[in-house]
Amino acid sequence: MKKIILPGIVLTLLWACGGNSTRQESGTTTAPNPTATTENGNPSYDPDRGMGKFTHVDIPATIDAAMAESGKKEFEVKCSSCHKLSDEKLVGPGWKGVTARHTAEWIMNFVTNTDEMLDKDPKAQAMLEICLVRMPNQNVSDKEARDLYEFMRQNDQAK
Amino acid sequence: MYSGAIIAIALLGVFSGCNPKNASTTISGDGAQKTYVAPGKYDEFYNFVSGGFSGQLSVYGLPSGRLFRVIPVFSVDPEKGYGFSEETKPMLNTSHGFIPWDDLHHPDVSQTNGEMDGRWVFANANNTPRIARIDLTTFRTAEIIELPNSGGNHSSAFVTENTEYVVAGTRFSVPPDYVNGDVPISSYKDNFKGYISFIKINKDNGNMDLAFQLECPGIDFDLAHAGKGKSNGWFFFSCYNSEKAHTLLEVNASAKDKDFIMAVNWKKAEEYMNQGKGKKVSVSYVHNMYNDKTHTAVSEMKNGVTVLDSRELKDICYFIPCPKSPHGCDVDPSGDYIVSSGKLAATIPVFSFEKMQKAIADKQFEGDFDGIPVIKYEAALYGEVQKPGLGPLHTEFDGRGNAYTSCFVSSEVVKWNLKDLKVLDRVPTYYSIGHLCIPGGDSKKPDGKYLIAYNKITKDRYLPTGPELTQSAQLFDISGDKMQLILDFPTIGEPHYAQAMKADIIKDHSVKFFKIEENANPYVSKGEGMTKVERDGNKVHVYMTAIRSHLTPDNIEGIKMGDEVYFHVTNLEQDWDVPHGFAIKGSKNAELLVMPGETQTLKWVPDRVGIFPMYCTDFCSALHQEMSGYVRVSPSASNVPLRYGTGEKAPS
Repeated sequence: MKKIILPGIVLTLLWACGGNSTRQESGTTTAPNPTATTENGNPSYDPDRGMGKFTHVDIPATIDAAMAESGKKEFEVKCSSCHKLSDEKLVGPGWKGVTARHTAEWIMNFVTNTDEMLDKDPKAQAMLEICLVRMPNQNVSDKEARDLYEFMRQNDQAK
Repeated sequence: MYSGAIIAIALLGVFSGCNPKNASTTISGDGAQKTYVAPGKYDEFYNFVSGGFSGQLSVYGLPSGRLFRVIPVFSVDPEKGYGFSEETKPMLNTSHGFIPWDDLHHPDVSQTNGEMDGRWVFANANNTPRIARIDLTTFRTAEIIELPNSGGNHSSAFVTENTEYVVAGTRFSVPPDYVNGDVPISSYKDNFKGYISFIKINKDNGNMDLAFQLECPGIDFDLAHAGKGKSNGWFFFSCYNSEKAHTLLEVNASAKDKDFIMAVNWKKAEEYMNQGKGKKVSVSYVHNMYNDKTHTAVSEMKNGVTVLDSRELKDICYFIPCPKSPHGCDVDPSGDYIVSSGKLAATIPVFSFEKMQKAIADKQFEGDFDGIPVIKYEAALYGEVQKPGLGPLHTEFDGRGNAYTSCFVSSEVVKWNLKDLKVLDRVPTYYSIGHLCIPGGDSKKPDGKYLIAYNKITKDRYLPTGPELTQSAQLFDISGDKMQLILDFPTIGEPHYAQAMKADIIKDHSVKFFKIEENANPYVSKGEGMTKVERDGNKVHVYMTAIRSHLTPDNIEGIKMGDEVYFHVTNLEQDWDVPHGFAIKGSKNAELLVMPGETQTLKWVPDRVGIFPMYCTDFCSALHQEMSGYVRVSPSASNVPLRYGTGEKAPS
């Protein structure tokens, strides 16, 4: 049922135009292109990295179980209302495969700098058009973001 | 008409962008520009205005006059769930039980070194005597303490120079709580006493503790202010009904030519207290505290208070004669002058603290009143403001040597000079001004840019709304020699005293959300995985979460007639300005309004069998309309099992 209803709402909202003005102004709404630069023409913007303080994160080959455990706790409090650990969408996308779809930097920027990413990042905006509920800024700290990423890695490795 | 014209002219000025052509448009256009705060811009000042018989404290911006928030203090507020949620109900507990209403008159912002520090606002409940502390990081009522031995808690809630104490005087003298109060009213003179309460304030967290009370003659204590600077350590109260009338006070309490200002050496009283010179009397009063970690208020019954006798213990209290039922009692920024306005007097006496001290040292007394020395009027008087206006009430100061007195009967503000006591300017108010306020106007450092008049009557100033009209305030620019009316703005009822201060001191400390990790409510659900429904006899506890945009669980079955259902709703959001609301059909209760990271509980007793929709009442996202669910209520003997969940986990 939900899968039928949601596109209907998408269409209604887009046609109604209400609330879309900011996104239209940003110039990235009509044809999200994951490799395009931002409207301010900043050539240094890397859409794979996203927008935020994380420019490079070292990810060791092996998973740090303690970090992943902390990340799991964080997930349960702040994320699990809307994200499943499978590939199934709930309010937001399922987390299975998320570390293959996005870089560590992009994910950590998105969870710590949610509003700016939703306003400007092409990939984040493309997801918003599918999900329609803006991901809440859950005030995730830098350390928590890293822990969450470790938990996502662990989840992606699990069978 | 006048203000309409101002706005019309001002708008023309703004829109056409041309320079004013003559004097009248200069004044008018100027007025509108001075109060114009562009969309998205902040006001320069917060204005904390008493809500009078609404029992609440309202928060406005100045100079725009825009209303930001009504903080529930002494009255229930169904919109915010205040006094309705299980967590907030204890805030309104008293020794009489739960009381849903009171009358809030005098907010006073906490001070450090005589300057407003923007940490807390204290305010009085006039009817069932209490003092509240409002926390200016959350803009919520954090604490309420009841006052024993009191009636009509009007002469409060005023702070000392470093917020050592909040002081509260009783307006209606009563027989003390610790004796049998079943006495003839006509025995007033023998049995009725006036009590002044000294509430000690904890420097670090603002917590209130009733340190001691001063037993005084059974007269009416009206208003008060602390000394400051050289008069720090003293407190001044206006007193009326020195006739000790108990009926038809309008006539019988206005018989004498003079009533009193009572000067209290509170440092001395504190000393006596520490020397154990008080007597502990048996009284009961309630102390309520709200905890921002448990998100829950706890009400505690306290027993006993130490009373100091103002007649037995010398050198605490002195009376100074003051003409005709003094009302306001205001101390200038230097602490040198005490201004008291006899509301039926033709002059405003200004007392000198230094002269008063000398008079006490030289024993220039004209006698005593109930065993308390009465200083000779002339010995304490600095001078009188002649012909200020009719019905002078309250005075505030601009820090430039000027005082501004509200005159109720002649409906005007009168500006006069503190040194030579000459009247400098007067402006009409519309109509019948009561209190007035200058930012920092009762502190050592006034910010004398604006003056706000709080009027008792609006009559024809606004569009009519039936027999009851809006309450109102008027904003004056006082930066020049002449006061200039620049704005009318409506207020909630009824505005009495108010405080205003620079927004910068407060705004950056504002709490944006409560950290979910620190939530210590016993019924919190830290994540959807923690949600559950538990039955304990006929009590059913629903541990529920709210996040954009669903409730979990949102389908609940197995509730039976005779059950008491407690919805413990935790808002999992961790961002600013994302409250969720909660309501269920048929609930004889208010809604919940749950701030991010907070848990609040709604008690619901279903009154019939059926399906009951519940939903989020505060628009939260594009899918807010979807944020809803159902509860199934079955007959008491039914065997429908307790089942619950959201989505896949909903009972099939």
